[in-house]
Amino acid sequence: MWQNLPLWPTEASTISRQVDGLYIALITVTGGVTLLVFATIVFFAIKYNHKRHPVAEAIEGSTPLEILWSAIPLGIFLLFFAWGASIYIFEAKPPRDAMEVYVVAKQWMWKFQYQTGQSEINTLHIPVNRPVRLTMISQDVIHSFYVPDMRVKADVLPGRYTTVWFQPVKAGNYHLFCAVYCGTNHSGMIGEVDVMEPADYEVWLQGGAGQGSMAATGQKLFQELGCINCHRSDEQGRGPNLQGVYGRPVLLDDGHTVMANDDYVRESIMVPGAKIVAGYKPVMPSFQGIVSEEQLLSLMAYVKSLSTPPPAEPAHKRNAAPPPAAGAAVR
Amino acid sequence: MATATQVVEKENYLNVNYGIKSWLLTTDHKRIGLLYLFTITMFFFLGGFFALLIRLELLTPSGDMVQTDIYNRLFTMHGIVMIFLFLIPSIPAVFGNFFIPMMIGARDMAFPKINLLSWYLLLGGGALILYSIVTGGTDTGWTFYAPFSTQYSNSQVIAAALGIFVAGFSSILTGLNFIVTIHRMRAPGLTWVRLPLFIWSNYATAIIQVLGTPVLAITLALVFLERVFHIGFFNAQLGGDPLLFQHLFWFYSHPAVYIMILPSMGVISEVIPCFARKRIFGYAFVAMSSIAIAVFGFLVWAHHMFVSGMSVYAALVFSLLSYAVAVPSAVKVFNWTATMYKGSIHLRTPMLYALGFIGLFTMGGMTGLFLACLGIDVHVTDTYFVVAHFHYIMVGGAVMGYMAALHFWWPKITGKMYSEVWGKVAAVIIFLGFNLTFFPLFVAGYMGMPRRYHVYAPEFQVLNVFSTAGASILGIGYLLPLIYLFWSLRYGKPAGDNPWSAAGLEWTAASPPPTHNFEETPVVTWEAYNYHELPDMPEEDAGVSRI
Repeated sequence: MWQNLPLWPTEASTISRQVDGLYIALITVTGGVTLLVFATIVFFAIKYNHKRHPVAEAIEGSTPLEILWSAIPLGIFLLFFAWGASIYIFEAKPPRDAMEVYVVAKQWMWKFQYQTGQSEINTLHIPVNRPVRLTMISQDVIHSFYVPDMRVKADVLPGRYTTVWFQPVKAGNYHLFCAVYCGTNHSGMIGEVDVMEPADYEVWLQGGAGQGSMAATGQKLFQELGCINCHRSDEQGRGPNLQGVYGRPVLLDDGHTVMANDDYVRESIMVPGAKIVAGYKPVMPSFQGIVSEEQLLSLMAYVKSLSTPPPAEPAHKRNAAPPPAAGAAVR
Repeated sequence: MATATQVVEKENYLNVNYGIKSWLLTTDHKRIGLLYLFTITMFFFLGGFFALLIRLELLTPSGDMVQTDIYNRLFTMHGIVMIFLFLIPSIPAVFGNFFIPMMIGARDMAFPKINLLSWYLLLGGGALILYSIVTGGTDTGWTFYAPFSTQYSNSQVIAAALGIFVAGFSSILTGLNFIVTIHRMRAPGLTWVRLPLFIWSNYATAIIQVLGTPVLAITLALVFLERVFHIGFFNAQLGGDPLLFQHLFWFYSHPAVYIMILPSMGVISEVIPCFARKRIFGYAFVAMSSIAIAVFGFLVWAHHMFVSGMSVYAALVFSLLSYAVAVPSAVKVFNWTATMYKGSIHLRTPMLYALGFIGLFTMGGMTGLFLACLGIDVHVTDTYFVVAHFHYIMVGGAVMGYMAALHFWWPKITGKMYSEVWGKVAAVIIFLGFNLTFFPLFVAGYMGMPRRYHVYAPEFQVLNVFSTAGASILGIGYLLPLIYLFWSLRYGKPAGDNPWSAAGLEWTAASPPPTHNFEETPVVTWEAYNYHELPDMPEEDAGVSRI
């Protein structure tokens, strides 16, 4: 038991070091002030003990002191606010060249889908030194993707995509935890992130190939589900042509425009009546309960593949509109 | 309460009449305070029992003591019982009820019958929650996150939520009573700037209770509607938004932290001047910081949601405001410390708890700065770091303040002195046990141990063994007062009206006080904490029993 008393998690990503630096600074400052308060209390309790100091002096207070000990903490707080915010903003902006993996969370497992067609349960294989962006959705309750050694965490919501990214710097196996309580086997909803040397990763990729890319799967679904009958590649269909739509603004029949991002595509399949493209009628049936989250992701990959080359990055919000993947079709 | 040691007893609120009915139908704020004391002590030990089972299970990484479903119910029921049935009522319902009228020179609360009603509501809410426990328990966590609570959980969600809903009205009515009482019932001459700081902090608490608790009631009602009638508020499949639940829930439940801690701060502001024989340093700043905490406390709720999928801009605003709310708390700590400067300090039991409070609350507050910090919060939220942080605030802060109040006012409530030696021993045991229980969990949290895990990775075990060892020490620390305080009821020496030579109108009444508190309405001509005008505190041995 004693041989492994851990005090510090591994620094396995580019963000780890930034977070730890801030953490150490916070410990130094807050620990210093806490010790100062403790020492002062103990010192006063001894020095002004009633046996030694039988008569208290009448002191009302001091406005300059009050201002001083409000202003100095506030200044320190603002510094830490800005420092923490800068890391958070950095974490909210995935690099454009990040490789993309899709994550479906469900009670109580993690499913990873690669654009190249591989899919895995509870283990995420990624190459070292390359940023990876995860687009995640839950099939049931709220989960949270947490890899302590990478210092990243993001909740996985039902009905809406969230994203998280990190860049591993060290090969190895790392804990993956679900961090939001999700029912009976919450503590069993664990897995690992296997960070591999690039050569090993290539070997692993070869081993799992053969099912066709996500976009290809999506294209097949697009035909099987009959989407293709209305969403034709000319302008004659009952639904809009989807060529080049993803990542661009879409004009709706109520005059608003909406960015065609992951959540918009998902909503258009599940709740087609929510936003109607200008010039079209609300005739599409809902596919809720018909397509699974995994199939939705494949359909999305196909829709995305119709929009290459990628247009300009639409937004830099943390969870809305991850920029479309470069070369989404086939590796 | 006639005992062999007593010869002739003056008529007081305890001996004025006897029998179950005289208690269950009482409108005397002091008796209602004792009804609360009895009730929430039961709930405290029930919640503590759940905590003990949790800590025993976590002694080993594997889930070898109870089943997973049982474990999930244990931490849920621990949270629900401790928060809604102990911490939220705690100081306001017991000591606020007992002492706010006495401290402002009033004969009772503004609405004595509503006061009794609020106790029955807590009892009703408690009964529903107990019903939910004995019929299988609830497994949603005390946070009731949707859509788990509204669709996926197969446990007693409705009964528990209804219990919290009912108990919430107890809290609202208590707050309402305090606000009206403090505005309308003050003795002549007792201006706002002469009010004891315990009154100020309970006033600030009452504002939160009255404004915040209805939002919790609404939220739980929506959970009820979605779970029973499948009306989609939070469930994405029904067209709802799960984040809406979190916003509504934390809109109450973050200010609720200040419902728990502000009254404790009020107690500390009473105890430290008394045992330093000195006016509090910076009265106006301590009073106003309570109000500032109550106001800012309503504007920081979403710092529980930095990784929830909220927008970056919202996160920035809530992080900044969370830092802002830390300033008035820091101001209080500095003022309490400065009050000791050139005082004449008596390290008696209530003072030990007060100093313990400052230490533990400071650590809780400092670690709050980590959680307000966006870059750190992403890593440590939903881990044991958060568990450690809020236990430092709620147990290290709120419960230490509660214990300080219990020991400070026990002589006034019962007319008896407890054993000072045992009081100090228990205070030290609780302080040490608490730190051993919760400090290792900060480390476990930064290491990445998620909270609410029945089974955990083996490398976290050493830290958990420390924590469980600390919890057993802490448990003994909490049992000791139960023994020596009961002991004092029978064997304690008479306390006299003012054993601490304390300022404050409550100490001018007899111990125990007569039903109407004061023979005649006092007229206040002095400032609060006029310790330089009062005689020194009697030495420990005078009038204090030693076992």
